Formats: sequence, C-alpha cells, structure tokens
Amino acid sequence: MSEKSSLVQIKGLRDGLLVSLSDAGWDVLRAALIAQIDERQAFFQGARLALDVGKQVLRVDELVDLRDKLSERGVSLWAVISASSTTEKTAQLLGLATRISKPRPQEVNHPVSELDEGAALFLHRTLRSGTRIEYPGNVVVVGDVNPGAEIVAGGSILVWGRLRGVVHAGAQGNPSSVVCALELAPAQLRIADEVAVTPYQNNISQPEIAYIKGGRLLAEPWQSG
Amino acid sequence: MSAQVVTVTSGKGGVGKTTAVASIGVALAAEGQKVVCIDADIGLRNLDVVMGLENRIVYDLVDAIEGRCRLKQAMIRDKRLPELYLIPAAQTRDKSAVSPTDMTRLCDELRAECDWILVDSPAGIERGFRNAIAPADRVIVITNPEVSAVRDADRVVGLLEAEGKGAPSLIINRLNPRMIKHYDMLSAEDVLDLLAIRLIGIVPEDESVIIATNRGSPISFESKSKAGQAFRNIARRLKGEEVPFMDLENHGGLLDRLTRLTGRR
Repeated sequence: MSEKSSLVQIKGLRDGLLVSLSDAGWDVLRAALIAQIDERQAFFQGARLALDVGKQVLRVDELVDLRDKLSERGVSLWAVISASSTTEKTAQLLGLATRISKPRPQEVNHPVSELDEGAALFLHRTLRSGTRIEYPGNVVVVGDVNPGAEIVAGGSILVWGRLRGVVHAGAQGNPSSVVCALELAPAQLRIADEVAVTPYQNNISQPEIAYIKGGRLLAEPWQSG
Repeated sequence: MSAQVVTVTSGKGGVGKTTAVASIGVALAAEGQKVVCIDADIGLRNLDVVMGLENRIVYDLVDAIEGRCRLKQAMIRDKRLPELYLIPAAQTRDKSAVSPTDMTRLCDELRAECDWILVDSPAGIERGFRNAIAPADRVIVITNPEVSAVRDADRVVGLLEAEGKGAPSLIINRLNPRMIKHYDMLSAEDVLDLLAIRLIGIVPEDESVIIATNRGSPISFESKSKAGQAFRNIARRLKGEEVPFMDLENHGGLLDRLTRLTGRR
C-alpha cells in the first residue's frame, strides 16, 4: 500500500487534480494509479486530471489505453506533462494539453493583459490533423497547420507556413493577441471572444496578420513598420 | 527468405484498401513472389470476397490466434496463383478478439515462409487499425483525391509517425483526370502538398475495378486495365524497382509534374 502511494502523488489544482508519477516502469505506475483511483472512487468520480509523467516515454497506444481506463472510472484526462518530447508530441496528437497554467502569486491580482514578450512555445514541424496545442503563452510554428489541427494559445500565434486549421489566440481573454501566417487560410480563427471564418478562396498567397480593431476581427497583408 | 510485412491503411473507409491489398498481392505473386494476404478487418471481412475465395474458408485469423487450428490450416491458397495465400478475418467476432501482440506474433511465425505479408487494415484509428499496423515493417496509406479522405489520411500519417512506424508511402486511388481538369477534384499535387509523404503509386478511376471486385478476380489480372497496370507498377516499386509513373492523360504535361513529384519527400 505505502509503496504504491509513493509512486503516485496527488495534488489539488484550481480546476482539477494534478497527479505526479515517480520514476518506475510504466506498467507498475499505471497499475498503481488505477489502484489509487479504484480505492477512492467517490473522490475521483468526475475529476479532471492532469498527469505529470516525468521522463516516461509513452506511445500512442499507451496513452490511449490510459485515457480509456480513466474514462471508465469517470475521470477525464485533459493534460499530460512530460519531460520527454516524444511523450509531449504524442499527447498533442491525441488532443491533450501539455502545459497547465499555474498563476504565479503576483499575477493573480494583476492579470497579464499584454503578452508582448516572454518565451513562446516553438514547434518546428507541421501539425497534422488531430493535433491540438494548448499553451498559456505565445505559440510559433515553423511548418504548416493542417486542416483538423488546433492551436489554443493565451498569447499570439505565428505560423511560418500555411495555416489551415483552427486557431484561438488570446484564449484567456487577451484581445491584443494577433495571428500571423505566411498563408492565412484557417478553418476558424478566434482572438479572445471574436470568431471568424475564412472567406471563400481568394487565393491570396502572401503573409497576413489578423487582429482585433474596433471590436472586430480584421486581417490584412503584412506590411512592416 | 524473410518476409516484409506491409500494412495498407487509410483512416477513411471505402477508399480502396482491400482492392489494393488484393491487387498488389496478385501482382507480386504473378512475378514469382510468395505472398500471404491477411484480412485484419475482423467482423467486416471482405478481402476473401475480393479475392474470390469466400467459399473456401474453413479456418480464419482468430481461429489461428486462439489456437483452434494451425496457422497453415487458416491459409487459403489462391485458385490461379499457387504462391498467393489468404488468411481471412473472422466474421462472427470483432476487433477486440485480436491484440497487436497477437498480430506481431502471427506475422513473425510467417516471416520465414514467404516474401511478402500484406495486411488489410480496417477503416478507423482504433483497435483494428492498431492491430493491423503492429507487425508492419512498412505502411502504405491509401487515399482518394477528395477532401475528407485526405483529412483522415493526414490524421493517420500523424499517428503512424507518433507510433514510431516512420513515414508511410502513399497511394492516390481513383484519380479522375477529367475532373481535375475541371477543378472538380483535388490533383495529385494538392494531395501531396498536404500529406507530404513519398508517393508510391497513382491509380486512375476505372469502372472495371468494381466489375473485377464483384467477380472475385483482382484487377491486376486484367492486362488492358490502367488501374491494373498501376497496381502492377506499385508491386514493382515495392520490390525496389524504379518504374516511371503512367501518363494518365494524353499529353506530357501531367507526366512531367508527376516525375517531379516522385522525388518529393
């Protein structure tokens, strides 16, 4: 009993639970986690779970299997945090978040309204259909965002390629976020609370920037200065 | 001999996986290769029908995996090509009857006995798909030049890359040059632009394919059919031969574009 509980640490977050797993074989960890949940069914029923798997390298079938097992017990897995980039990519491919935003104490009273600077999530690959990126800051993609892929960012989104998927910039309510792309043709574009759909093919193949002005979503060709 | 295991999958249903497996199997066997085709679509089997072998099924894949028969007993020899075999799916069970490990084990048992193992994947991305790709050395994604098929193929390619199966090869099936000219259909270029994987074949739309399917005689047997020729070319490319892509229209323009496309990553 006590060995199992040291493998699985549970913490409460603002909007769910964070479960951290220590270093061990995946089968052992999985069994320990499921055992914990089965022992305290009432506590876990209906919970939103973020799982920190540390250095574990997890494959698609392992994550899918875990998500299914948790779902059978009324637990919804919404994020997988990992130090392994393979696991991160796998999670993104399955629509799971890979970061949880923990508000720092000084930000609680002064909500960040401008994300002009700061580190961005940098992805140097094409996002295929079914991939979902959720990140509290800015997101930069060097590659295409294919139809069926989604990016939800607290800050701005920059796509150095063709943007044909769904993007939501300023997702935490930041209307000064922008969306830029070499080819801006998203299935759906959102900044903060505004939504727009790409007008029928106008074959503009030049870099564009989308932003909110006067309460409306606008897109225009990029002009420096 | 040690077989290469090739799985044909698509995401979307109805794009031509089963037709491709049957036709490529026939084309390889006709060149003297020993081929075993496996239908991994448990519960909705049709590779047996397309190969014209449905009346000869005694044991199936699930029987072999669950030990009710020896593997050889589940292998049905083709009527015309003695080096072509089929292991049919079970019709009265479903995909949960087989696990990825079962499939890998079964294919490992077969490897020493043949040159090629072709696995027909079911549609979707769940258990049946995972069963079908588990043993694969190589995966072929087949799609139609049509928006929803390509969207599903993109998802599948992403999943395959994440599963560590590497980048699959692509067959574009049911291409209709006349529709492309009228901008009513995606071109091969449009498809490759999105999927960005290596093209191994383009099969033109051909009415005789449905006739062949209904008769249980794969199209590769038809020397006059362009679709049959396309599948025969794919078989040769699988073996490592350089085969120029067919001119699907009557002028050189398309051919030049296709030749450039084959060099794409």
